[in-house]
Parts: sequence; C-alpha cells; structure tokens
Amino acid sequence: MSESKNSGIGVLADNLKSVWGSFAGSFFRAGRPASDMSRAAIMVNNFFLHIHSVKTHINSLRPGFTLGMGLISMFLCLITVGSGVALMVYYNPSIENAYNSVKDINFVVFAGRLIRNSHKWAGEGMIVFVFLHMARVFYTNSYKSGREFNWLVGVVLLGLTFMLNLSGYLLPWDQLSYWALVIVSNIMQSPKELTDSLGLTKYFDVGGFSKELFLAGLKPGKEALNRVYLLHVVFLPVTLMVIVGVHFWRIRKDGGLTRPANYTAKYEDMKYVIAPDKKGGIFTPNKTYGLMELAKGKTPAVNIDVENTVLSWPNLLVAEAAVFMLCLAGVIAYSFYIDAPLKELANPLIPENPAKAPWYFLGLQELLSYSAFMGGVGLPTVALMGLALIPFLDRETDKVGVWFSGKRGKGVAIEALIVGVIALAGLMAFVISFGWFRTWWPDIPQIVITFINPGVIWVGFMIFWALSVTARTRSTRMGAIALFTMFLLSYLILTYIGTELRGPNWGFYWSKSQWPMH
Amino acid sequence: MSSEAQHKDGVISRREFLNVAAAGAAFLSIAAVFAGLSRFLKPKVAYEEATKFKIGTADNFPVGVVTKFDENGVFVFSSEDGLYAISCVCTHLGCRVALTETGFDCPCHGSKFNKNGKVTGGPAPRALPWLQISRSVDGSLEVDTAKEVSAGTIFKIA
Repeated sequence: MSESKNSGIGVLADNLKSVWGSFAGSFFRAGRPASDMSRAAIMVNNFFLHIHSVKTHINSLRPGFTLGMGLISMFLCLITVGSGVALMVYYNPSIENAYNSVKDINFVVFAGRLIRNSHKWAGEGMIVFVFLHMARVFYTNSYKSGREFNWLVGVVLLGLTFMLNLSGYLLPWDQLSYWALVIVSNIMQSPKELTDSLGLTKYFDVGGFSKELFLAGLKPGKEALNRVYLLHVVFLPVTLMVIVGVHFWRIRKDGGLTRPANYTAKYEDMKYVIAPDKKGGIFTPNKTYGLMELAKGKTPAVNIDVENTVLSWPNLLVAEAAVFMLCLAGVIAYSFYIDAPLKELANPLIPENPAKAPWYFLGLQELLSYSAFMGGVGLPTVALMGLALIPFLDRETDKVGVWFSGKRGKGVAIEALIVGVIALAGLMAFVISFGWFRTWWPDIPQIVITFINPGVIWVGFMIFWALSVTARTRSTRMGAIALFTMFLLSYLILTYIGTELRGPNWGFYWSKSQWPMH
Repeated sequence: MSSEAQHKDGVISRREFLNVAAAGAAFLSIAAVFAGLSRFLKPKVAYEEATKFKIGTADNFPVGVVTKFDENGVFVFSSEDGLYAISCVCTHLGCRVALTETGFDCPCHGSKFNKNGKVTGGPAPRALPWLQISRSVDGSLEVDTAKEVSAGTIFKIA
C-alpha cells in the first residue's frame, strides 16, 4: 500500500479524488470567495464579473433609487436572445413559408407557443422598461457630471429597441405584419410629401429612394422580408449588444451610478446589505477607531467599507440574481396566459380596417394621421434630438442623484403633468370634434398642413412651456423636468388614443363595442 | 519661419497641406464606401409583377362601368369620352382605398377623395394618381401603374 502512494497510479488516484477541489481552485484563481479578500479577487478575476467593480455603493443597491429598471431591460433582452434563437430553429423567412412556420411554432412545436409568447412579451417589455429606466435616470438627475455621453448611448439604445421590436413584428407575415410593413415603408417614403410641395421630387427623391432600399423593390415582397429578417436577427441585435457593452463600460468609467452628494447610509439601507467580514483583518467591528482610512464622511465607518460601499460579491450579485429571477418568472407567467397575436395570412388586397401599427407606435400613428412626413419623420426626429440635447443644455451640476432634484423639481413635474394632460386632451378633443384645416378649407396647400398641424402645435407648446418654466425658475434643470414630463405624458396619451379610441377609418370611438360591424 | 507667418502670406506649409490632403482622402474614401453601399443595397432587379398590365380590349368596358383590378391596385372607369385609370393606393401610407358614393375612402387614416381622386379630407398629401392607358401592338389596352398622367386625361377608344 505504501508502495502505491509513491507510484504514478497512486498520484493519479489522489488527483482524481481531489478533482473538484482543484477545479474550484483553478476556476476562482484566488480561492473560493470565503473571505473579503477572495470576494474582492473574484470580481476582478472572473471574465463575466469583472464588468462590475469590486465594491458597490450602498445607494446603488437601494431598490428605491434605481428601481432595477436598467437591469430589467437587460435581462428581458437576454430572454429575447434565448427565445429568439429557439424560434429561429423553426422559422423560415420566405413569404411562402413564414406564416406557416409561425403557425407551426404556435400550434405544433413543443413549447413553441410559450417560447414565441416569451419572445414577444420580453421584447415589448423592453420598450416599457427602457422608457422607465430613461425616466429614472432623468428624474434622479443622473445624466450629468461626466455621464452626458452615456445618456446619448442610451438614446441610441432606445432607438434600437424600437427598431428590433418593429422588425420582429413584420416577420410572421400575417395581416398585421404585412400592413405594418406597408405603413412603415410609406413612412420612409414620406419625405416625398415635403419634396412634392417644394417641387423637388424629380431631382431629389430621398423618400422614394429610402423606401426602395428598405423593400428591395417597390412593393413589400420576398426581398423585403429577407432584409427585415437580416436586420432582426443579425444587424440590429449585434449592434445592440455592442452598444450595451459600451453603455455598461461607461457606467464604470463615469464613476458608477449617481448618488446624493451628502449621502449617509441609513438604518433601512443596511437591511439589504451584508456587512463586511472584518475578522481576518486588523480591524474588528466591536472596537471604535479613529480615522484609520483617508475617506470622506463624518464618522469612521466600521460596519461598512470606505465611502459607503460594500463588496459587490455577494451584495450586488444577489440583488441582480433576484431581479433576473423576477424577470424570468414574470415573462413566463405572462406568456403562459396571454398569447401573442397572429392574424390570417398576409393579403395585399385587403387592408385591415383599422390598419394599426403595434401599440408602441400608435402614438406616432396618431401624429401620422395629421401629416405623414411630420408624424413619421419630422416630429420623431425633433423628439430624439431633444432627448439627445438634454444633458448638453442643462448643465447644472447640483443635486445630482436626487429624485426630481428636490421638492421644487417635484412641483414642476406635477405642474407639467397637470398642464400637459389638460392642454393635450383639449387639443385632441378639438381636433376630433372639429377636424383640421382641410375640413374647413379643402383647397389648402399640403405644405401648410405639413408645417401647421396638431402634432407640430403640441410640440411647440411643450417647448414654449419648458422655456417659460426655465425663465420663471431661472433653472435649466427645471425646464428640462417640465419638458421631459410632457414628453412622457404625450407618449402615453397619444398611444392611448391610438390604441383604444381609434376605430375603422381612424374614426373616433369611445370603445371597441361601438365600432360599426362590417 | 512659423506656420502663422506663412498663413499671412496665404501660403500653407507642407505639413498643413499633407494633413488636409490626408483628411480629405479619408473623407472621400468613406463617402465612396457609403455611395457604393447605397448603390449595392438598391436592387437592380425587382422580383415583382411588371407595372404594365393588360386589361383586354375596349369592349370589356361598357360606358358607366367601373372595373377594379385588385392585383394591380387600379380602378378603370369607362365614360362617354373614353377610359381613364385611377390608382387605388392611398397617397398617405399606401393602404387600398375603397370606392364610395362620393369618391374614394381610405380605411387606414381616414383620407377621403372625390370622384376625380382629389383629396377632400384626411391626411393624404396629394390626389390619387391617374395612370397611363395605352394600346399594345396586339390591340388590347394596357395600364402602367408606374406612369402617372395629369388628372382628367382620358384615353379615347375610337
């Protein structure tokens, strides 16, 4: 026996017995995360974890500050990637097979309907949570002090989220897809409305050109489906992932999440934080010390680390895992009960009546019903430019990381909410009851309607209101709060009108039950 | 001699010239790539039905009858003076308009047109196009959805 200890076989047997332990050692590099030192080391040594810092500020862990919105958006995105790859196993992007393959996925493939529903609802959930994340970042004043560029990156991500959702909507090639594709391609063509009015179309038909590039022809057909598929499964997701990477990297580089300048950890905050394990170190928590570490803050901290931080392992990772599980559970539960729509096969001869875009574009469709160019190209461009410019026009650096920048901001936001709801509802009620220029003067030139229509008037009013708030409060931040609040509420109200109150021929109906039968 | 002094004489230094030339070359190359890309993406062949299609001889169109060519999106009207074709594709966002007593109505965003295709309500930016009718060599009539004629152009059968 003692002989075998030294033999090659014996060494091999011992190595085999300790395989798990030595694998764990090689995996963690600095040993299992059992002490604060190895907990810090694992964050640096692990490829997937090193995107986080070793320590996380307690304020970033407070659910009441971040609301977890950015994380939820990211996790929903991961769910769409997983379910999307699964859908690609059976989906076939040709106009002969696309509809049938989606039907197969829905009715034949094992768990196919659940996977398709999850893909659909996680994708649409991204729109909701990306918006909420943007609102959180905006209202906590977190788009400044070096974070201006990351706000821009976020605006790009918002645009990509919309494009991914839209391109996915077009793939099943049912009536919804087909007529949405017709409407989208004609929105791309809508600069023609302007060039026609100016008599420039025959020299410079930018609208017609972009429509032709998108559709690979003049009508939506197999080439168009091919391009939309390419955009949806390769170009847009890869772009999104790269830019998400930049977004996360900049969070670290820009100094992490914002926090109030005078932040001190309160008792409630400590409830979801696991205090550091100082046993191995030279300090013990049951003694008091003088200022041992050169750090900001009034009192020497013993049960927390420097500058109100705690170790990311386990504090941050536990929180992230919890949010991920909630996301997955939410998506699966929702998808189990609510089915993604699938109408009959695309029929180019019979438009849906009303032909509606997906819900997240129905606010735009309401604007489109005044002027195709303004609603589809002009005003969305103004809105995106406005969002992009916010951190460069409001450069006040006080009250960063504070919800609404304090009480005054909350007042401004509530005031903008009330004024905005009344003004927009009034404008819409007027338009719905009395019509617009063409109802009154049928011969009015199109260019007048392109530039003076309810959508333009509403955007003008928002800008006017924001300027007047800026003048009154002498604060660009307050003006920004008013403008952003009105932007969010107009997205909500217009989407509601487009979704619930518009019926056949884009007529106004209080409810679907009043739609004329046809 | 400093480069500033040279500027005053309106002369640029070799270094400045090369900088501008390099930046210009880079810009032109990128512009050429994008121009090439948009040319690449614009298909030379469209796998679609021809825009010109035969509608048969004039005998098929008794006076006062409207014929709808669903596949091609065209209404052909027959009047005392002759035939005329109006597109049924809405000029707003491309939905199919339906024939009504007053003219044409679009189901998507509520555009309304009169009997000549002129916009009378809703968001449509311009009138429904009138399309060219011609006679092909075999004697049957053809409509070309890609060729617009001015409103009121009537194809005389006689």
